[in-house]
Amino acid sequence: MTFDILIVGVGGQGTILASNVLGEACLLEGRTVRSAETHGMAQRGGSVESHVRIDGRHGPLIVPGTADLLIAFDLLEALRYRHFLQPGGKLVTNRRIIVPTSVYTQKIDIPDEETVLAALGDLAITAIDAAALAAEAGSPLSQNIVMLGAASHHIPLSPDSLAAAVQRCVPPKTVEVNQKAFGLGRDAGRRH
Amino acid sequence: MATRYLLGNEAIAHACLEGNADFACGYPGTPSSEVIDILRAQQERQLYVEWSTNEKVAFENALGASWSGIRALCTMKHVGMNVASDPLMTSAYTGVTGGFVILCADDPFAHSSQNEQDSRWYAHASQVPCLDPSSVQEAHDMIRDAFSLSEEFGLPVIVRPTTRICHSKSDVELGPIGTEHRIGEFRRDPKQYVMVPAHARVLHTKLNEKQEGIKKRLVELGYNRYEIRGETAIIANGVAAAYVQEVMPEGVSFMTIGAYPIDGEWLAGFVGRHRKVLVVEELDPVVEEAVRQVATATEVHGKMNGYLPREGEFTPAVVAAALQASGFTPTRIFPESPPVPGIPPRPPILCAGCMHRATFYAMRKVFRDAVFPSDIGCYTLGLQLGAVDTTICMGASITVGSGIAQSGEQRDVVCSIGDSTFLHSGIHGLINAVYNGADMIVVILDNRTTAMTGHQPNPTTGVTATGEPSGPISLDAICRACGVSFVETVDPYDLPLLIETFRQARERNGVRVIISKQPCVITARRAGIRRKPYAVDPDRCTGCGICRAFGCPAIVFTDDHAAITDLCAGCGVCADICPAGAIAREGRR
Repeated sequence: MTFDILIVGVGGQGTILASNVLGEACLLEGRTVRSAETHGMAQRGGSVESHVRIDGRHGPLIVPGTADLLIAFDLLEALRYRHFLQPGGKLVTNRRIIVPTSVYTQKIDIPDEETVLAALGDLAITAIDAAALAAEAGSPLSQNIVMLGAASHHIPLSPDSLAAAVQRCVPPKTVEVNQKAFGLGRDAGRRH
Repeated sequence: MATRYLLGNEAIAHACLEGNADFACGYPGTPSSEVIDILRAQQERQLYVEWSTNEKVAFENALGASWSGIRALCTMKHVGMNVASDPLMTSAYTGVTGGFVILCADDPFAHSSQNEQDSRWYAHASQVPCLDPSSVQEAHDMIRDAFSLSEEFGLPVIVRPTTRICHSKSDVELGPIGTEHRIGEFRRDPKQYVMVPAHARVLHTKLNEKQEGIKKRLVELGYNRYEIRGETAIIANGVAAAYVQEVMPEGVSFMTIGAYPIDGEWLAGFVGRHRKVLVVEELDPVVEEAVRQVATATEVHGKMNGYLPREGEFTPAVVAAALQASGFTPTRIFPESPPVPGIPPRPPILCAGCMHRATFYAMRKVFRDAVFPSDIGCYTLGLQLGAVDTTICMGASITVGSGIAQSGEQRDVVCSIGDSTFLHSGIHGLINAVYNGADMIVVILDNRTTAMTGHQPNPTTGVTATGEPSGPISLDAICRACGVSFVETVDPYDLPLLIETFRQARERNGVRVIISKQPCVITARRAGIRRKPYAVDPDRCTGCGICRAFGCPAIVFTDDHAAITDLCAGCGVCADICPAGAIAREGRR
């Protein structure tokens, strides 16, 4: 059996780096892994998704209704992709929404954060303020690692492997900040 | 042997190093671009790497290298093969000397493409072998071996991964980097390399004679293989074979097609042993047609009888549904799980500070009712700004535009094309428009890079693929040499000047070129260029919404007033469009 994780967010938020951390952690534990990601023009501020299948041996794609864990770097994207979760699947999400420019240019109504959280209320959900924790860690760019830390309680990889994988994947100058970000995220995830 | 977690394209690039490639070139195109990007950045093996100006140029360069005896790789996306198809067709006659591998990446679902064409048809039409990997590991292994396969057959070999191979990741076993290097030496042999009719006729016969041997060899090498497990069977290729393995029940025979041409006799033997066969393949029914040709008493299911879709990409759920429809029992059933309706869309958009947005704004300000043919690049997103009326293929903005202008259409024709696309295949169209007296305006969106595919350098950038300085080419000089007399280069961040230049161009006749020149905001940031951000004075903002319609992601609207977020790149164009004068550089009031 695979453990299927969908990571979603907005192009530029670092979903690919987060999926790289999961892949490297699988290698550290000697496990197989398959993943698929969004490249190319879709990254320009668009909605992006990374599929990661721990212990995967065949295809990289996760089918809607079957994901074990959804990690959303943006609350609106959590709502957009919630149908990928299987019944009983876990959601770990950022509490904040980056408002899509389409809302301004096409004058579309957007639900506020409380409304979206209420619409996700039937799920097993952990919602954290990733921006605040990333700032505490020392860089707003570390939100992706904060989110991984918060989700780490639900991922069948040891925290040590994940932390070691973070060290392998992030730019050398940012290792310390990202390790702090992982720890802060993990603490925040535990409180829920 | 080392196991690493790699992107399909990274594994492919590594396999080229293992396969002793001494030459690599290509034109960027999603999902193929990372292969050359990795080869040009790596230090593990010395080889010649170039970004070529288009796919035909790349193909012919690699062919020349191969004819000189060295191993060469040429990369492109599926539609790039259309551009390179001229040399492809005849290179099958001439054959190759050093191993020649064409990496041609297909894009089911057109994630980043204008169509869903299937490159296997090119292999069929040109009669060259084609390898079709079903996983990242297999893509790696096939590329590594394709160089020697090409030398064995004396033919170019096409390797055609799809998006879900190129842009998926997996644990991959890598081999050692090749240490064999060759130095090119062209051996004169006109009967082989000069395709006058007398030589071509002889070589066409030779090409036809090679085919039977190739088919047998591809089975021997294990690219096409099967396991007999029962009286019904599934045949699959590419990443669809991986989806089949996820849901296939026990007791069903399984054939994987990993290479073309398929040996008909071998295929008939397998099909004939089964009562029923389901063919699962993305894009066109290439394998299915072959199966139907050899099936006599066997019931065949697939796309051609509607059991699988002819469009888009597959998933394990699509495959499981086809298994059910054709009477197999998949090991997994996927219940319907529809998305929540009514969520505001989040399409990709031009970046904050992107020069294209400013250029399109000025264009639309001066030409309210014109025809706007456009081209392929980030600027195709100008569709959202009402500035893109046509996009069909690389370079077709100027040519489609001149056709519209010559058709009797009374409105102005204002087309847009990026610097890399202009150099790819725009120049011929410009010469043609000038030569034939078209009346139109050509806007070259010159951001000094090939931005959409990942900022690959091109002749306007000033460096080669490997970072060697290469004096940036002058687009102004090219346009003048093509015979254009009105050529103006303008900085799009100077909005008033850009608008004035569009107005001047509108008053003239013939082909007029405006080069809107400003580095891509992403490459500028990477190069350390920092511009002070802008801010809205809430007391002056009237909430008119003109800046909102500009569509910059750094501009938000709360409580009927505009504000600028930290995404601001400091281009300052919004300050020029605000009628209330409410926007200024931070700290400047």
